[in-house]
Amino acid sequence: MIRITCPYCGPRDHQEFAYVGDATLTRPSDDAGADAWYDFVYLRDNPRGPHLEYWQHVHGCRAFVKVLRDTLTHEVLATGTAADDLVAGGR
Amino acid sequence: MLKLQKPSQPFRLEEGGEIDRLAPLAFRFDNRRCIGYRGDTLASALLANGVRLVGRSFKYHRPRGIYTDGSDEPNALVELRTGDRREPNTRATTIELFAGLEARSQNRWPNLQTDIMQVTSLFAPIIPAGFYYKTFMGMPGWRFYEHFIRRAAGLGRPTADPDPDRYDRMHAFCDVLVVGAGPAGLAAALAAGRAGARVMLLEESDAPGGRLRADRERLDGAPAREWVTRTVDELDAMPDVTVLTRTTGFGHYDGTVISALERVADHKPVPDPFEVRQRVWHIRARRVVLATGASERPLVFAGNDRPGVMLAGAARSYVNRFAVRPGSRAAVFANNDDGYRTAIDLARAGIEVRTVIDCRAGGQGAGREQAAALGIECLDATAVTATHGHLGLTGIETAQLSADGRGIIGQPRLHSVDLLAVAGGWSPNIQLHGHIGAAPVYDAELAGFVAGSGPGASRSAGAVNGAWSLGECLRQGSDAGGEAARLLGFNPGAPELPVTEEAPVGPIRPMWRLPGRGKKFVDLQDDVTVDDIELAHREGYQSVEHLKRYTTLGMGTDQGRTSSVNGLAIMAEERGIAVAEAGITRSRPPVVPVALGAIAAGDVGMHFAPTRRTPMHDWHEANGAVFDHAGHWLRPQYYLRPGEDAGDMNRAIAREVIGTRSAVGMVDVSTLGKIDIQGRDAAEFLNRVYINGWSTLPVGRARYGLMQREDGIVFDDGTTSRVGEHRYFMTTTTANAGMVMAHLEEYLGVHWRDLDVTLASVTEQWGTLALAGPRSRDVLARVVDGLDVSDEGLPYMGVRDASIAGVAVRLFRISFSGELAYEVAAPADHAARVWEVLVDAGAGHGLIPYGTEAMGIMRIEKGHVAGGELDGRTTAVDLGLGRMVSRRKFHIGHAMAGRDGLTAASRPGFVGLVPVDSVSRPRAGSILVADPQARPPVDKLGHVSSSAWLSPSLPHPIALGFVKGGRERIGSTVWAMFPMRNEAIEVRVVDPVFLDPDGERLHG
Ligand SMILES: [Zn+2]
Repeated sequence: MIRITCPYCGPRDHQEFAYVGDATLTRPSDDAGADAWYDFVYLRDNPRGPHLEYWQHVHGCRAFVKVLRDTLTHEVLATGTAADDLVAGGR
Repeated sequence: MLKLQKPSQPFRLEEGGEIDRLAPLAFRFDNRRCIGYRGDTLASALLANGVRLVGRSFKYHRPRGIYTDGSDEPNALVELRTGDRREPNTRATTIELFAGLEARSQNRWPNLQTDIMQVTSLFAPIIPAGFYYKTFMGMPGWRFYEHFIRRAAGLGRPTADPDPDRYDRMHAFCDVLVVGAGPAGLAAALAAGRAGARVMLLEESDAPGGRLRADRERLDGAPAREWVTRTVDELDAMPDVTVLTRTTGFGHYDGTVISALERVADHKPVPDPFEVRQRVWHIRARRVVLATGASERPLVFAGNDRPGVMLAGAARSYVNRFAVRPGSRAAVFANNDDGYRTAIDLARAGIEVRTVIDCRAGGQGAGREQAAALGIECLDATAVTATHGHLGLTGIETAQLSADGRGIIGQPRLHSVDLLAVAGGWSPNIQLHGHIGAAPVYDAELAGFVAGSGPGASRSAGAVNGAWSLGECLRQGSDAGGEAARLLGFNPGAPELPVTEEAPVGPIRPMWRLPGRGKKFVDLQDDVTVDDIELAHREGYQSVEHLKRYTTLGMGTDQGRTSSVNGLAIMAEERGIAVAEAGITRSRPPVVPVALGAIAAGDVGMHFAPTRRTPMHDWHEANGAVFDHAGHWLRPQYYLRPGEDAGDMNRAIAREVIGTRSAVGMVDVSTLGKIDIQGRDAAEFLNRVYINGWSTLPVGRARYGLMQREDGIVFDDGTTSRVGEHRYFMTTTTANAGMVMAHLEEYLGVHWRDLDVTLASVTEQWGTLALAGPRSRDVLARVVDGLDVSDEGLPYMGVRDASIAGVAVRLFRISFSGELAYEVAAPADHAARVWEVLVDAGAGHGLIPYGTEAMGIMRIEKGHVAGGELDGRTTAVDLGLGRMVSRRKFHIGHAMAGRDGLTAASRPGFVGLVPVDSVSRPRAGSILVADPQARPPVDKLGHVSSSAWLSPSLPHPIALGFVKGGRERIGSTVWAMFPMRNEAIEVRVVDPVFLDPDGERLHG
């Protein structure tokens, strides 16, 4: 029952959010090779510790919130908009 | 004259206790009429009435009695109440007595005294741990045996009727949450409350006090109960303190959230009017103090399960709190000083205490002398080695222990007793700590596991933290409550602690199992014995988690609170390692059983999920619609006419298809997803999300679009219209409306943040209907204002604004049925009006409303893809829509759609299927094969994706499907197999467009 601070709405219960996925991935350019696309579509790391991920505030403003979360303790270390660079400030 | 019989409670003490002797309560146990008092639990009332045998054990059906006085009870599980409130496996020790209570013993047949299933006890040597599974699992007929095994080993019977009670869910917030209102919890709540913090205090039983209610402690020179009363009064007077009784914290979650079950009305015959039975609380606290106390451990000796054997702390609770004698002639068996305190309390209550049997050779505290002074025999370095009695304890044998405690010296001695109080030390109740990942740490001095540090803002105080003395519990509680308040910015001031009067105690001697012949039960509820643990060790199930699952140790309703530590310590001895090294199993919520009804709370029946109704719903209902569920939506499936019933379904569906194809039909399509797309880059956005191109679409035109997932598989389809220079109106399928919206939002919010596009879901803002059939234009022309609906004014795929009966509408000339057809979108509040105006206008043209069945048949006749084809496995090429893929742009799925596996010629392609006999109906889901007689494994050629069992337009049933080779197979036959129904139907592969392949109808 973690809480996530939406940059637009403030701290909210995680039940208002839908987990989206890994926020460390960048969508390849359209003409990138098959390997780049394969990595983007299928390959995910499963880190133990801080992990950057997207959660959508589906029962709120519907923004995509970038969340730095410790997968071991479930502690939310930092949140921001999709444009924010959290890793630098969050750790 | 009526003579009132004096309630007979032969084991009730004349005075003392917290029971109200002026409030007698009649109840029944196994149809025996009994009387207890307000303040009793069912367990204490049964003991007062001399009932010692209350159930049979799970596996061996051995006679069992009351073992504890709380929620850790392993034995005294009963079926409570009757009819639709009948509940199995309730603990007699936590059921507060109420007038008219009815309870029955479980797990016995025909009755408790004569239980036929006890013969399993005779076979006990051949029913070791894992017996049932080893013997029957994997054998042919496991399902058959399972039924009887479960019956033999089952517990109570739940009611099969709907639950008549209501449940509630509450979310609460506080500064400091204290779980457990024993001395430590009360001191913590007091310290935090006095500092001004917002405090919640949870107490499992009916009133605060914890062990202070069960033991004869003194505080500030008076009985400790007086301090409890003073403290509760002070807490009650604080405006920001909430004390919840009958409330058990059962789960501890991230973010310092405790879930708790409040038994609001379980102490009443039935809940009061408008009262819920139970309430689940989710409490988010800034700090938590866990003061959950400890559970006493049994000693593991031969015959330790007989009714009359009871934990020592429970025995003290029954004499002190409930004024009940749990026996007449008692012995106490202990490995710590609790034995003497118990003997003294029992003797004070008039029980003849014959002997205290202490495993220790020396080092006892002051209690031993006090007990000896009362004339109680005190045996050192001695153990109970056997018990006697058929349905209840009649005697025990004791023997001198060898120096290492593993053997006995000399001849056993017989003692005639009917009560044996057993004190094996205490296990801190660290379950809530475990939920958030605090690792248990073994403390050899305490002979118990305490919680190590864990994440979050929780700390523990009192017995759960290994504080065995009252003074230490109070001090830890006060410190923890004060610290929690201070960390939150409150000023707790100096603690004020009451003065205790405690005698010094000697150290415990851990004795995990004792010598002697016979069954030694470790887990009474699951009938796990020392032999089972030794067997698990021999067979290699040595880790505590394996031990638990192999023997079922600790898997009962008590979650091993009395058994886990003994069991793993015995395993540690077998392995020759320290208890600390063996560790303890991870605890998980819930700590106590929680009814699913309480978790669901109000989310039941119609409140389980929302029901979505379209704006035209009332009209459908008034005009014979039979509704079908489409997600949360209710959609008309077909319409019955007056005098028809469900048996006329096929007639109604055929009528709707024929009516539409021959004249005009109208269907409610409001459930389709609708998305308003605006922005300078809207066309570019559509180019990227659809496989086909949008740059050339002029204002006032619609286009069919197909979306892919990033992996190249088709995701959804629909028509999207350009309604302005930078504005589009997208429709999605009903099923995917929410997913498409989130999908588009993700690309705009994450990947393409530079695009100037905004989205709004407008599904519920528009009511939409489709008007289809050769007369549709005639009907429309009668009602539309401000627009020429001729082929020139509103050409195929044209989109125009107009008005109908004063309502501004948007008209689309698009068709799903293959007929000349229009869709009309009206603001939701006015859509029903537009629908009715069209019904009236169509009356002279033979207009007929149609439902989803007719709609489905007509789309299959036209070979249009829908849910059966867009099944998350098909590509645009598979669907025969490869020509739509634009080569002049990139789009989602573009890169991955080109993978070898998705472009292989061997992939099944989209075709139509017709039964060769023109009568049989191939089911959707049938597998297509070449040879119906072939022996498995059979090569699969494809499958049937959609099926129309009746096609009024054609002389035979039709189906759509995918078959290897696709259109190249047209003209040949394959077999549609449906093995679950033993069906094999020969079908001819045909073009998927069964009707009007040139689209003459479409263009009117
Ligand atoms: Zn938000």
